[in-house]
Amino acid sequence: MTELQDWRSGGASASGGRSVGSAPFGPVPIEVRTSIYKMMVEMRDFEKRAYDLFLQGLVKGTSHLGLGQEAVAAGFAAAMRPSDYTFATYRGHNHTLARGAPMTAVMAELMGRQAGLMAGKGGSMHLTSVAHRMMGSYAIVGAHLTIANGAAWSAKLRDTGEVVVCFFGDGTTNIGAFHEALNLAAVWKLPVVFVCENNRWMEYTPISSVTAVAHPAADRARSYGLDPVLVDGNDADATYAAARAAIERARAGAGPTLVEAETYRHGGHSRADPGKYRPEAEVQAWLARDPIPRYRSRLLEAGVDESVLRRIEEASRSAVDAASTEAEASPPPDSSLVETDVWADGGSSWRR
Amino acid sequence: MAEMTYRDAVARGIAQEMDRDPSVVLLGEDVGSAGGVFKATVGLLDRFGPGRVVDTPISEQAILGAAMGAAMTGLRPIAEIMFSDFFAVCWDIVANEIAKTRYMTNGQVSLPLVIRSANGGGARFGAQHSQSVENWAMAVPGLKVVAPSTPRDVVGLLAAAVRDPDPVLFFEQKSLYPAKGDVPDGEVVDELGCAAVRRHGKDATVVALAAMVPRALAAAERLAGEGVEVTVIDLRSLVPLDVTTVSASVTETGHLVTVEENPRLCGWGAEVASIVAEERLFDLDGPIVRVTTPHVPLPAADALEDAAMPTVARIVEGVRRSLQ
Repeated sequence: MTELQDWRSGGASASGGRSVGSAPFGPVPIEVRTSIYKMMVEMRDFEKRAYDLFLQGLVKGTSHLGLGQEAVAAGFAAAMRPSDYTFATYRGHNHTLARGAPMTAVMAELMGRQAGLMAGKGGSMHLTSVAHRMMGSYAIVGAHLTIANGAAWSAKLRDTGEVVVCFFGDGTTNIGAFHEALNLAAVWKLPVVFVCENNRWMEYTPISSVTAVAHPAADRARSYGLDPVLVDGNDADATYAAARAAIERARAGAGPTLVEAETYRHGGHSRADPGKYRPEAEVQAWLARDPIPRYRSRLLEAGVDESVLRRIEEASRSAVDAASTEAEASPPPDSSLVETDVWADGGSSWRR
Repeated sequence: MAEMTYRDAVARGIAQEMDRDPSVVLLGEDVGSAGGVFKATVGLLDRFGPGRVVDTPISEQAILGAAMGAAMTGLRPIAEIMFSDFFAVCWDIVANEIAKTRYMTNGQVSLPLVIRSANGGGARFGAQHSQSVENWAMAVPGLKVVAPSTPRDVVGLLAAAVRDPDPVLFFEQKSLYPAKGDVPDGEVVDELGCAAVRRHGKDATVVALAAMVPRALAAAERLAGEGVEVTVIDLRSLVPLDVTTVSASVTETGHLVTVEENPRLCGWGAEVASIVAEERLFDLDGPIVRVTTPHVPLPAADALEDAAMPTVARIVEGVRRSLQ
């Protein structure tokens, strides 16, 4: 086993700065990098709009934004095949968009409209688009790691070459299901990649104050016979490189990988939380490492014309405008939907 | 037609479905090499191989999560939870994930899976290995709930459960494992949600489930000696619930007695009683009587466990109370 692969010490799994050309897959094509940038910009614009619509009372219930964490979702999505599966958490807007689910349907779901991805029956915390192999956003911490295993087991038995990527937060590493899932994935050598988005805060509590080890996911890897992988989660080249390595390993039949991506959420835990408990200096330090301007600078340095990036940014704003308008124009779901789709026959009858 | 035990019928039923459909797989603790702690899966590993019959660690959440993820991507898993009491450590996967996913995704996800579990008392295992938890499952929208009382029904209902496109919790009553009965040769397949009238009588309707069915039949035999003729209905499935068969019988007899192994509060008989009270009140000629285990954890000692679970004598007494 290798030593802890730590991006801060220039470890092998992370591209660290501009070393992306040294990844084992050769230079990353510029089209891939601009597509990663596009995804990140769209996620950012979408979630900022979702927050505005919440302030206007149009987005109901709760929602958990991934503002600041876009490089994880985009880097991994860019490395996945369309036939690979995503499992995410209630902080899942970005992961859903990254797999290609339409913005309008996602926004309408947040707004509880008929045009929603699930016609309003799931809401922000349960975004699912099977057509895009986005197999669900799960709101009970830890559960979906075990479910991701099942999809990976199925892919292995059916010999399809599909890989499962399962995202979760740092808080998940302290629940039993995490450990049950990691052990089973390792024992069964499943084609699954577990991605811990360590944003340093378990809801309102610093993860370091409730966890026995410094790196909540990476330091647990060896317990399951896995190499620890720590990656700069605010560097989209690094997350892409880590994703490529882990996904190829899974596809080759070499079993699971546990990746810890260090990142930061710009806002609070959920819409009700202004996140004021976090030290201002910490917030500022991480805002300075915002993955999007960082990647923009890097693409410019790599020779991408600024007009290309501007077109991406303008198109994203227009797309979010259109999605918001369309979602708002959609009527609420018909009340008949209350009693549909409990069962495969489309209904909810429990008697005969 | 062959006589076999309820235990052997489990393996027979699973084998019937695994033979028919290569997407059917079996997973659970000790289900492979050991053939199951109740020896209900003997021979399946040899017959279907380690790819389709898989031993797991003691990780109930991982077992059911694996079943769910496999079901949503093209397999039809049969997962075993060794004792139904252990549902308490993986109830999140059952109640929050498996039960709700089709609904929450507006029908995008199908979960054709079966969770088998050894349920109920009578084996002197004490309060954490003897519970009757079918009413936990019945209380969660999105789960079908089945509990066979005979070897034949084990095969037929298991086949129906495996072929069903929705998640089914399949409760095997552990004190019935040694019970023998005839199972027809060839494929046996039932339909979920069909109660069986095990004995017909015009004086009272006794509704029972799983291990309470043979006791209800014994009570009916005793009452027949007193000139009281009782209909015994084996519900076989709680969800879907065969209200039609129960209601028709109550209309004929005017008396309803439920026999439940579960503790008293919110047992399935309460739902049956409320439906009959709401829909057939004017057909009733006496009070609805529920014979249940008292609202206590099950004790271990044989004398205490026998005193706690519904006995033939208590069922007889319950029928008499309804008839008074």
